[in-house]
Amino acid sequence: MSVTTFPSRGGAALRQPGRLARLFDYKPFLIVMCLAPAIGLLLVFLTYPLGLGIWLAFTDTTIGQRGIYIGLENFQYLLKDPLWWNAVFYSIFYTAVATFGKFALGFWLALLLNNHFPFKSLIRAIVLLPWIVPTVLSALAFWWIYDPQFSIISYLLVDVLHLRDSNVDFLGSPWPARFSLIAANIWRGIPFVAISLLAGLQTISPSLYEAAMLDGATSWQRFRYITFPMMMPILAIVMTFSIIFTFTDFQLVYAITRGGPVNSTHLLATLAFQRGIAGGELGEGAAIAVSMIPFLVFATLFSYFGLARRKWQQGEAND
Amino acid sequence: MTDVAASNVASATPDTMAWDSRTRRVVMIYLPLACFILILLFPFYWMAITSFKPNAELLNYKEHNPFWITSPTLAHIKHLLFETSYPRWLKTTMLVAIGSTFLSLFASTLAAYAIERLRFRGSPYVGLGIYLAYLVPPSILFIPLATVIVQFGLFDSPLALILVYPTFLVPFCTWLLIGYFKSIPYELEECALVDGATRLQILWRITLPLAVPGLISAGIFSFTLSWNEFIYALAFIQSGANKTVPVAILTELVTGDVYQWGALMAGSLLGSLPVALFYSLFVDYYVSSLTGAVKE
Repeated sequence: MSVTTFPSRGGAALRQPGRLARLFDYKPFLIVMCLAPAIGLLLVFLTYPLGLGIWLAFTDTTIGQRGIYIGLENFQYLLKDPLWWNAVFYSIFYTAVATFGKFALGFWLALLLNNHFPFKSLIRAIVLLPWIVPTVLSALAFWWIYDPQFSIISYLLVDVLHLRDSNVDFLGSPWPARFSLIAANIWRGIPFVAISLLAGLQTISPSLYEAAMLDGATSWQRFRYITFPMMMPILAIVMTFSIIFTFTDFQLVYAITRGGPVNSTHLLATLAFQRGIAGGELGEGAAIAVSMIPFLVFATLFSYFGLARRKWQQGEAND
Repeated sequence: MTDVAASNVASATPDTMAWDSRTRRVVMIYLPLACFILILLFPFYWMAITSFKPNAELLNYKEHNPFWITSPTLAHIKHLLFETSYPRWLKTTMLVAIGSTFLSLFASTLAAYAIERLRFRGSPYVGLGIYLAYLVPPSILFIPLATVIVQFGLFDSPLALILVYPTFLVPFCTWLLIGYFKSIPYELEECALVDGATRLQILWRITLPLAVPGLISAGIFSFTLSWNEFIYALAFIQSGANKTVPVAILTELVTGDVYQWGALMAGSLLGSLPVALFYSLFVDYYVSSLTGAVKE
């Protein structure tokens, strides 16, 4: 921009563009120049690694040693590995339960926020806070909340409410640990879902509700036949994003349990990290990462087209 | 505008309803809302209160009410600032976040302008391609990216993070900015073209000044996302001094079997503060960019 040769004041001086300026006014050249930084960054640090990752999955590369092509051996090994199956199971379970929880509670919160009450914008700002703060740092807070000895939840249940006799063992055994992680994930996911859906709720025209009320629709009917179908397109998008990023979650599990106890809470991403980076088996780690892709594609197609088709069945032509 | 629509819904809905009694409203709206806010905020309260508690109170619930501090102390924060490399980690994180934010803003502004305003054959496909890049999660990429980073000789350097973060920032920013550019009337640019301005002058003098709210949204979003990023920073940075705050707290402060909860929580609190402050200054931009990107 600084190479333009204009004295730069008003239109009167803009008469004699230099050669470089003319080159930048040549549209194809300008288009290439404008797209180059973004496309270049994405090609080098996204597309190339993606291809390289798929290639690595078929080699026995380790840190510091170039691997050779070994075909499907990594995947055959994984198929016989109970830890991989365990991670697949927990990834699916984690995604399903956490997504359900996030959307049920998030939708509810969005409906609540769509009402009229004092300090509305302040409350909306507070609600988004868990989503803004670094996940690892809030995960550390959850780790402390789930402490076996000094958990504040245990304190409440045992010493204040007298509902239990002993402390809750949140992270010490497989199933409680799995649900504790899911609870933390839901906690972090609610704000994003709620605020996105709130934006969708606000685009629904009030006249639809007025018409329904004239027809004598109950509040449940108005929710079922107006709010819900109108929210389908935005639900489909938000859910697709949420499923992708929940399935590939890493930070929360790595920060709170690192896959323990006895490897019961490994997600595919944490298992890939453990084998690939910490263990140095890059090829095997890449194979685990690549094994996420079919699940992701399936989940995306399912959530996106599943929800979008329902919208089409209900005769919604436009979004 | 949206608020007006919302209040219309709200005033139209409950006022004409038969059940619009005060108690009903409290039970249906205020009570659940209060529960939500309590649960969403409690971990932060717990984080904050732990950071200022002396160790004696921290681990003794019998004599001290855990929900309150009787003798607050700055010992944990002092320990953090003067006996660990925490200031250094903060500086690295800030450098990485600012560097990658500017890099991605630069790249995505140009890309968004090319896609939305220089319309060429295939521009929607380029836009779609960039959007699809957003759907590739870092968990799939970090292993091959680690080898790429080593090949480039950038391993253990913050520069690696500055270059890698745009892979998830650029798609987001580009889509946000395309939306903003769309809202700027094309006639303004035509006028400038007629007056003999070059395309770059138009971008610099007309489109960008009008797109400032969009640039701010994209900027603060990028800053927050880079500040919070974890997996790449964990995989590409080895030495304790070059780590970013989220990674350093987890790998450098968690030592041995006895966790220093006071210091850990103080570190988390301090690490969250910059983004929280940033957030409180630009709340409306966050909400609009979040919802705008989803709606696109």
